[in-house]
Amino acid sequence: MLKLLKYSLYNILRTRFTLLYFGFLLLATFAIYSLDHDLARVSLSLLNVVLLVVPLICIVFATVHFYNSYEFIELMLAQPVNRTTVFMSQILAVGISLSLAFMGGIGIPMLIYGGEASMIYLLFVGVMLSLVFTGLAYLASVMTRDKAKAIGITLLFWVFFSLIYDGLVLFMIYVFYDYPLENATLAMVMLNPVDLARVIMLMQLDVSALMGFTGAFFQNFFGSIRGTLISSGVLLLWILIPVYFALRVFKRKDL
Amino acid sequence: MRKFESYRLRWFPMVFGMMALLLVANAAGASSPTKHFVSEGESISEAIERAVKGDTLIIRAGYYEEHEIIIQKPLTLIGEGRPVIDAGDAGDIFLIAADSVWIEGFELKNTGFSSQNDNAAIRVFDSRYLTVEDNRIINTFFGIHLSNSQHISIRNNFLEAFEKRSHRTGNGIHLWQCDTALISANHVIGHRDGIYLEFAVMVETNRNIVENNNRYGLHFMFSHDNAYYHNEFRNNEAGVAVMYTRNVIMKYNLFEKSLGSGTYGVLLKDISNSVMKYNRIENNTTGIYMDGSNNNEIHYNLFRRNGWGIKLLTSNDGNTIEGNNFVGNTFDISTNGRLVTNSLERNYWDKYEGYDLDGDGYGDIPYRPISLYSTIVERIPSAIILWRSFMVSMLDRAERVIPSITPENMKDLKPKMRPNDIDFKPE
Repeated sequence: MLKLLKYSLYNILRTRFTLLYFGFLLLATFAIYSLDHDLARVSLSLLNVVLLVVPLICIVFATVHFYNSYEFIELMLAQPVNRTTVFMSQILAVGISLSLAFMGGIGIPMLIYGGEASMIYLLFVGVMLSLVFTGLAYLASVMTRDKAKAIGITLLFWVFFSLIYDGLVLFMIYVFYDYPLENATLAMVMLNPVDLARVIMLMQLDVSALMGFTGAFFQNFFGSIRGTLISSGVLLLWILIPVYFALRVFKRKDL
Repeated sequence: MRKFESYRLRWFPMVFGMMALLLVANAAGASSPTKHFVSEGESISEAIERAVKGDTLIIRAGYYEEHEIIIQKPLTLIGEGRPVIDAGDAGDIFLIAADSVWIEGFELKNTGFSSQNDNAAIRVFDSRYLTVEDNRIINTFFGIHLSNSQHISIRNNFLEAFEKRSHRTGNGIHLWQCDTALISANHVIGHRDGIYLEFAVMVETNRNIVENNNRYGLHFMFSHDNAYYHNEFRNNEAGVAVMYTRNVIMKYNLFEKSLGSGTYGVLLKDISNSVMKYNRIENNTTGIYMDGSNNNEIHYNLFRRNGWGIKLLTSNDGNTIEGNNFVGNTFDISTNGRLVTNSLERNYWDKYEGYDLDGDGYGDIPYRPISLYSTIVERIPSAIILWRSFMVSMLDRAERVIPSITPENMKDLKPKMRPNDIDFKPE
């Protein structure tokens, strides 16, 4: 497993894409830091990067990488290695390299310019989102043989989670605003990893506004560390479940 | 010549006699105050009984179980080594109805709760020239309770109560129908209202720390011509609420951590002709909530990390909001209608995205502080869960370009490009 992981990481490094990604994040973060002097605003700008750019790049790169290393996977499977090991080493290699690129790209400027507590959450959320979308990319990839189709599916995932879903929730809220919606909206948020990441950050950046809720359940959720823990837990499920299904499909798949 | 001398001699004993008489009168009278000492085991009430007008009582360190200590003559009571007076939940400790009383250096505790009586550590009626200084008032229903009194000084006291059931808590420093008072450098924790003023005029309140109270940190009504400087109001259950008052000055105060719905950094209800300057308003759900308030100047304050910086209802008129810094608030300003009769000028808004081509330090395009989404959240509170999503940011941006729902005239024509330089702590 470790050996395979090493080779997979080596493969990724050779494509230089993660280095490019790292460089892009580094530049963007430096730019944001030099434009804004208020740390609160820096976190906000970075939040937009984390919520929009990170999922997109992760999901597209992971998909492309899966197809690019298709032959490598086939070769490995011809050896006496089990499928789980091959698959997991691949997905871990992608996940680790993307997370490291992200942590470096955002984290290094933070170390230089300084940050605040909310930025630690930002790093955490970014890494979690990288892993979630890597998992989703692999799920989409194992479902189809066609690379173009897979990229199409993954882009759909991205558009859906970053944009369409929130539109639907907003619509729901508007239509049913006569009803007590607190718990329903919270449940809906749980069904979208991007929203979960956003809510974790909201609890850092906008806790004063969130405390304006009348519902006791909301107060409880937002007013303590519990909300962050629950959201992080569900986000973790968002990593594990797609990977589990992808693995299941991959194991039975006729390559 | 002889005649004249005899005349002088005849007068001499008379003058001497009168002088002697005066001296005697002086010795018995006010100009020679006696010191009485009270030690543990003796009764403070009895010592007060024995003392005459103007005397000083030194209460020595120790533990005194007494309540309803009635003072009806000018006296100075000084605790030496902080004597403890424990009322054992039986009621008031000092009851004062006299001018020129001075209470200093005590620890007063356990007045107990009463639904009939406002039990207080120090309760004052119809008095003038009162000083309450350097006392520790622990676990009392009301702390210092004054009514119908003038020329009062309450300084350096520490008041703490522990009752959490709100109907069983009383106010820390409570002034009703008072005139000319100084409330300075007190620390009030865990009461119902930290400082409560009703019909109290000409009061200066400065350097107090009021925190973790069960209702308001500061609560006043009909208390005109008062000034509040350098106070800190923190983490009070319902924040600070001030009502029905004119000519108030609030400067250099800190209002922070008032979290929850119906909780306000500062609630201004029917406040007029008042000034709020150089205050820091941080981490509140609502920084300032203004309703029915007119002609106030809200200048050079810092609004930082509040849910809503200012909720400015349309019932307000003629207020000027100038030179403030709005930093890191979720929403800067919200309102409840389209009517705008208050002015915004020269504020710094961290969300401003304009430019300053002429380089005068002010943005060239006006800033609209009301976000579309804040009006949606106002109507549907749970919609806040979508705040900062891409979808919502797009909606907000579109609205700012072409205002359709938010009031078109609510705008800062001269938004600052850089934060206003405000000194919050001049001594």
